[in-house]
Amino acid sequence: MTARIDISAVTRRYGATLALAGVDLTVEAGAYCVLLGPSGCGKSTLLNILGGFADPTSGAVRIGGRDMVGVPAAARPTTTVFQDYALFPHMTLLDNVGFGLRMRGMARRARQSRAAEMLALVGLDGAGARRPADLSGGQRQRVALARALAVEPDVLLLDEPLGALDLNLRRVMQDELKRIQRSVGATFVHVTHDQEEAMAIADRLVVMNAGRIEDQGPPERVYRAPASRFAAGFLGEMSFLPARVQAGRAVTALGVLGGPQTHPEGTRMIACIRPEHLRIGPGPALGPIDVLDTVFMGAHRKVRLRARAAPDVDLTALLPADTAPGPDLAIDAGAVTLLPDNGDTT
Amino acid sequence: MIRFALCSAYMALIYAFIFLPVAVLALFSFQDGRFPIPPFRGFSLRWHAEVLADADLIAALVNSLLVAVASSALALALGFLAARAVATGALRGAGMVRAAITAPLSVSYLVIGLGLLASLNLMGIGLSLGTVAIGHVVINTPLCFAICSAALGPATANAERAARDLGAGEIRVMALVTAPMIMPALLAAFLLSVTFSWDEFIIAFLLSRFDVTLPVEIWSLLRSGLNPKTNAVGSLVFMLSALAVLAVELAAARRK
Repeated sequence: MTARIDISAVTRRYGATLALAGVDLTVEAGAYCVLLGPSGCGKSTLLNILGGFADPTSGAVRIGGRDMVGVPAAARPTTTVFQDYALFPHMTLLDNVGFGLRMRGMARRARQSRAAEMLALVGLDGAGARRPADLSGGQRQRVALARALAVEPDVLLLDEPLGALDLNLRRVMQDELKRIQRSVGATFVHVTHDQEEAMAIADRLVVMNAGRIEDQGPPERVYRAPASRFAAGFLGEMSFLPARVQAGRAVTALGVLGGPQTHPEGTRMIACIRPEHLRIGPGPALGPIDVLDTVFMGAHRKVRLRARAAPDVDLTALLPADTAPGPDLAIDAGAVTLLPDNGDTT
Repeated sequence: MIRFALCSAYMALIYAFIFLPVAVLALFSFQDGRFPIPPFRGFSLRWHAEVLADADLIAALVNSLLVAVASSALALALGFLAARAVATGALRGAGMVRAAITAPLSVSYLVIGLGLLASLNLMGIGLSLGTVAIGHVVINTPLCFAICSAALGPATANAERAARDLGAGEIRVMALVTAPMIMPALLAAFLLSVTFSWDEFIIAFLLSRFDVTLPVEIWSLLRSGLNPKTNAVGSLVFMLSALAVLAVELAAARRK
């Protein structure tokens, strides 16, 4: 029904390019894990390695404690919801959903009733006699999900399952996915490049870039206290302000930010400032500012501004619609994350 | 208006050019007389009746059907398997393999027939309908391979991957997913092979001995001179070929 995933030191090389560069990842049984990253970051390669469609060049993959390297896809306790759904066009929905059960030798009558249950689970009851060509994109997505879940996999792999849907449908389906995951209990591993989707669904969020894991953990932790500059910039909006350690404190052009620092005196750091860290309240004030741009967003006003004290950095503030940006805007210094500046600018 | 008339006349000429020989052949198969040449003396079914009463001709017709169906089935199986192997992309030097399989399409049937004849002699295999069928498998496998290759693409590859993911072994992947997905192409390849085998003369002539196929039988009939009976056989053969081609067209239309 469900299984834990252990990935250790997995690399994957395609010719001269390194798609995965030593990935370690553990996903608890029954968790909803989302792999998030830009295209080419290695997240799909990692999913293929879990599903049995690619082998790691080196490293170990275990599902439920069993070594998976070299085990063909057909023999793994995983199933996949493919990006293009890959439904069987010549079969009815019942036969599509029942295909995996047929491969496991279940009798026709039994698998048809099970397939009908699965279709009901994804909200397509009574559509069993239709064919994939008769369905909308969202419906196909549901059939692909039902088909993959019908065999009760320990681990369900989802390769950008919502990528082809329009925005509204995507938001509906992501809630649906979460509900279904809770009800079947399997471990879900979901690949996406949509950070909003990732934060909404994940129990465990894994941010990837250039074949490495940049950060992993509960979405709230990753958002509030990202472990790397890439993770900070990829998830939500972030402004980066240079800092330097002085007397155990990170000092920036806008004052002391973050908590006490253990790095040696003079270490260069980066302060990561979220739009919501700028508000009228306690903390170092911005002082005189120049407003570059204001966007009305209904409940909020998004203001792009520059503090005269730190003229090289554009800051973004989300202000209540009736608050005008002014010199009394202050930084919520305790919420700001500080990262060592190792010179990379991504 | 003039433009339309010119176009129509042009089209009529083209069709006349293509179909006049067949029409004349068919017309004189109904000749009430001993020679299939103008003038047309009247309508008679006598020659058709004679064809159907000719045991050798009917035996040859049955032989032809057997050879056509058996060789086409085998050619299709080989072509399909080869196309699938090339399409998976897992094969090293897939481009070379593709070229090597399709190259015989450009070799003349006479050369293939002579080559096969020499090879069979070398191996001490006697000539029979079976050797004719082998010859037809040789000429039709590249065709079946080309048609199957064109039908296999990302859609079939993805569906195959999904089937494997759901626990299907390779045989069931092919039988339950790949073949049904490209069924129109498989049908088209099979029927085209049947028509080619059905009409084929030179290989059938070189590789057969006592049991012969229809074109070879007709050829021996022709040696005794022109006669409305040959016209009758010809028009019957044409009808069967036309039906097969029609079936191919219908299969292709169903795919769209």
